[in-house]
Amino acid sequence: MIALDVDGRTIQVEAGITVLEACLQNGIFIPNLCFVKTRKRPHASCRLCFVEIDGLDRPVPSCTQRVRDGMKVRTDTEPVRRLQRSAFKLLMSTHICTPRECPTQGRCQLIRTAKLLKVSLKPSPLERLERDVDPVVRLGPLVHYPYRCVLCGRCVHVCGEESGHGLLTFAKRGFNTVVATFVSEGEEGPCAECSACVGVCPTGALTLEAPETAESEEPGRAADSGG
Amino acid sequence: MKDDARLSEEETMLRSIEAMLPRFEKNRAQLIPILQAIQEEHQYLSREAMRLVADYLEISPSEVLGVATFYNQFRFHPPGRHQIKVCLGTACHVAGGDIILENFERKLGIREGETTPDREYSVERVACVGCCALAPVAVVDDKVIGHMQPSKIEGLFLQFDLQREQEKAREAGEEADAQAGS
Repeated sequence: MIALDVDGRTIQVEAGITVLEACLQNGIFIPNLCFVKTRKRPHASCRLCFVEIDGLDRPVPSCTQRVRDGMKVRTDTEPVRRLQRSAFKLLMSTHICTPRECPTQGRCQLIRTAKLLKVSLKPSPLERLERDVDPVVRLGPLVHYPYRCVLCGRCVHVCGEESGHGLLTFAKRGFNTVVATFVSEGEEGPCAECSACVGVCPTGALTLEAPETAESEEPGRAADSGG
Repeated sequence: MKDDARLSEEETMLRSIEAMLPRFEKNRAQLIPILQAIQEEHQYLSREAMRLVADYLEISPSEVLGVATFYNQFRFHPPGRHQIKVCLGTACHVAGGDIILENFERKLGIREGETTPDREYSVERVACVGCCALAPVAVVDDKVIGHMQPSKIEGLFLQFDLQREQEKAREAGEEADAQAGS
């Protein structure tokens, strides 16, 4: 076990884990979307888990740093928050959010992140970009809500690398990227319904449950009540 | 074309793909060269073709789908008898090329990259075709049409309809001739 100082609090963690894991294990919430423990190298693509570490001259993603004994970490400085807010606003610019109607309340890491960062769920001052996606897509036995998806890639990773099913993939590219599968609608394919993907999804965009009722499927078009 | 004819056509294509696969090493690095070879020969990648490739390389079909959809180069629908390419290069984009594309899509009831169910028309978007002074540009069956306007699209389809009717009339005439001759 080694000790590190986070926001003035000393925590004891096992060696070899990342700063992000160390904080989460000790009840210190750092927003994060793309981190998966089993990835050989962290993606560090969500740009939310920034921290400041003594000795480093600028904030770094905490998923890329291994803990060291005596490390001094700050999770709530102004430079950190500024980076997190920018990244969050960019994410929300393509993510239509209606927290009052959204059935992912409680599961959704975006809502939790907005609360921590004390920002609204609207992308303002950034423009909102609408993605051309279907409200509900069947991916084999899975039900996917593309407009909730932030393309963090956790599901693709656990399905391919961890469970070895290889059911999920990213299709297309750039702004048109979506999580997809080769399996046709309703077909089982290689999916063993292990729900690994459902478990890691930070925004509740994947489920094995039946599609929700029509009114909750297209929140953005029904009413613009985000924030 | 009837459904049966199409089925056997697909069957022939798959058999020809199966025959050519052993030319390639069984290595996932060969995925793109294989997909390119299939497209070169058959003009598009069908679902079953992608499944064959996945089986051959022993990778997940989803992985093949992910790679194939990443590149604009690959098509997933057979080309139509009339191929419509709408330019969305910078000059055409500024001149409203997206409106032209939307017009084609709405008129034919298909999306960009698709083919009408009767295989008469396919629509795709292309980057610059090299005649920006004529923007917005569409290339229909290798014929460049400059200064595109929605009204020109109507005219184009009217022309195609006329052409089809003439063909039908000619065929009917030939049949009648053959019958009269016998």
